[in-house]
Amino acid sequence: MASAILKGRAFKFGDDISTDLIIAGKYAHLRSNLPELAKHAMEDANPDFVKLVRQGDFIVAGSNFGLGSSREHAPLVIKMAGVSAILARSFARIFFRNAINQGVPVLICRTDGIAEGDNLEISLDQGLVLNTTRNENYSFTKIPPTMLNILNEGGLIPYINRHGDLKL
Amino acid sequence: MGKTISEKILSTKSGSDARAGDIVISPVDLVFMQDTTGPLTIRQFKSGKKQTLAAPRRTALFIDHASPSPSRQLSNDHIFIREFAAETGCMLFDAGSGVCHQIVAEQLARPGDVIVGADSHTVTVGALGAFATGMGSSDVAVAMSLGKTWFRVPETIGIKVTGKFARGVGAKDLALYLIGTIGADGATYKALEFIGSAADDMPVWQRLTVSNMAIEAGAKVGLFRSDRITEEYLKSQGRAHEYTPIAADSDAIYERIIPVAVDKLEPMVAMPHTVDNTTTAMSLGDIRVDQVFIGTCTNGRLEDMAETASILKNRKVHAGVRLIVCPASRKIYMESINASHIQAIIEAGGIILPPGCAGCLGLHQGALGDKEVCLSTANRNFKGRMGNPEGLIYLASTATAAASALTGKITDPREVL
Repeated sequence: MASAILKGRAFKFGDDISTDLIIAGKYAHLRSNLPELAKHAMEDANPDFVKLVRQGDFIVAGSNFGLGSSREHAPLVIKMAGVSAILARSFARIFFRNAINQGVPVLICRTDGIAEGDNLEISLDQGLVLNTTRNENYSFTKIPPTMLNILNEGGLIPYINRHGDLKL
Repeated sequence: MGKTISEKILSTKSGSDARAGDIVISPVDLVFMQDTTGPLTIRQFKSGKKQTLAAPRRTALFIDHASPSPSRQLSNDHIFIREFAAETGCMLFDAGSGVCHQIVAEQLARPGDVIVGADSHTVTVGALGAFATGMGSSDVAVAMSLGKTWFRVPETIGIKVTGKFARGVGAKDLALYLIGTIGADGATYKALEFIGSAADDMPVWQRLTVSNMAIEAGAKVGLFRSDRITEEYLKSQGRAHEYTPIAADSDAIYERIIPVAVDKLEPMVAMPHTVDNTTTAMSLGDIRVDQVFIGTCTNGRLEDMAETASILKNRKVHAGVRLIVCPASRKIYMESINASHIQAIIEAGGIILPPGCAGCLGLHQGALGDKEVCLSTANRNFKGRMGNPEGLIYLASTATAAASALTGKITDPREVL
């Protein structure tokens, strides 16, 4: 996972994108039917998101992405919609941990130079985002080692199944 | 070098000298989930290799978010949860018991405990001196199976609260004022610790409201010391033997200390669509309300029912306003009936819902129509929260909500007290 270069387009969002905007509580009845639930990813922030997003694309947001609920369905439906990484200026704590636990890279970096539709290439190893549309580079904050180990196994449950225990 | 409450609890539990910034593995004293996060948590648990609970009698399942169920799919989720409880022998609090955080406060949380719940408002019982935090389904599933989890020991922001609340002003106003001041991400990755004379004097029902809202500033935990007031509360719940005192050391290291003089506070309101978008009720202008909702893990306690009843007694809810009141637990419901609070609310024209989360998260029991305005005592006003992105949610105290139900517009409660 960590050696991959991720390529895709940016879908741009603002500050304070809550878990209700990511996947609204009113769809709780679909939480045991994840493919149906995932059709509503990001719906109240961008109603066309699921229709337009392609496998590998990125969510690019401002500060405090994922504030609110502990629902792990939030990073899960983003992953199921095809998103390969989320870039934001900052993340809410529970969402950040949930995303790693679902094997979704969450990258803290400057995002104001990225526009909707920009083509990005992300090197997780080098900690770099290359904006090929604008020919710009942005570096992102390294994921803490404890969490990187979990991310590299594809999430927390695969990590525990492989190692049998939590290790620091 | 002294320690904060977080550092003390995590040191004791992890058996190490835990300091802010350290990563520790800690045993977990209580783990729980509710009916909208529970099914994924159970599936994550079942996808693990170890499929036995570390501590069935300290694992709790709550059916509160959709209770009773409004749909076939959620009813089937409830069956799945009940079957898991029967298989594993863990605790089950079925529909009608009340909101998980209120029951955890009444029956389960102990000072000094490490508690993880698959619900962000798990922070509520920081009011009892428990290191309690919300996590997602995978983390909670692992805590259920291994009986432990990992934490980064948080830095602590001390909120030094002094003075006495003016009439019509209380814990909810303090919470909204604080979040408005530091912002919805003002305490991300941090602990909040409430210190100072007003925090020390605050009764547990108010502490629960303040701790509950800690997550709305992004905090990992919202802690009060465990003291004589905590002891009295535990005694009132038949749990005197579970009391232990906990406080930060006098030379504890706080990242910073924010002073709040509560005597200067006024009734506060959070405006759509973020909790930190605050102002005073007085300065808000005329905001007509379609629905007033009093309840939830923030403000559904006996004292909230009493305050609502005392404001509404011998008065009528304004024509065209739906007043929805929901006691947070069966115990509170019974006590509110016995004290005639429920009767006063019904006579005034209010609607009483069964103990649970009700319309707070937009599943049922009070979803908003397009452009409708709701004044709620809950903790979140995010766009779409109450079932409709075209709805407008304002947050305030129980006193402000009850006063507004009488006038039909958002009203400073001092105008009707």
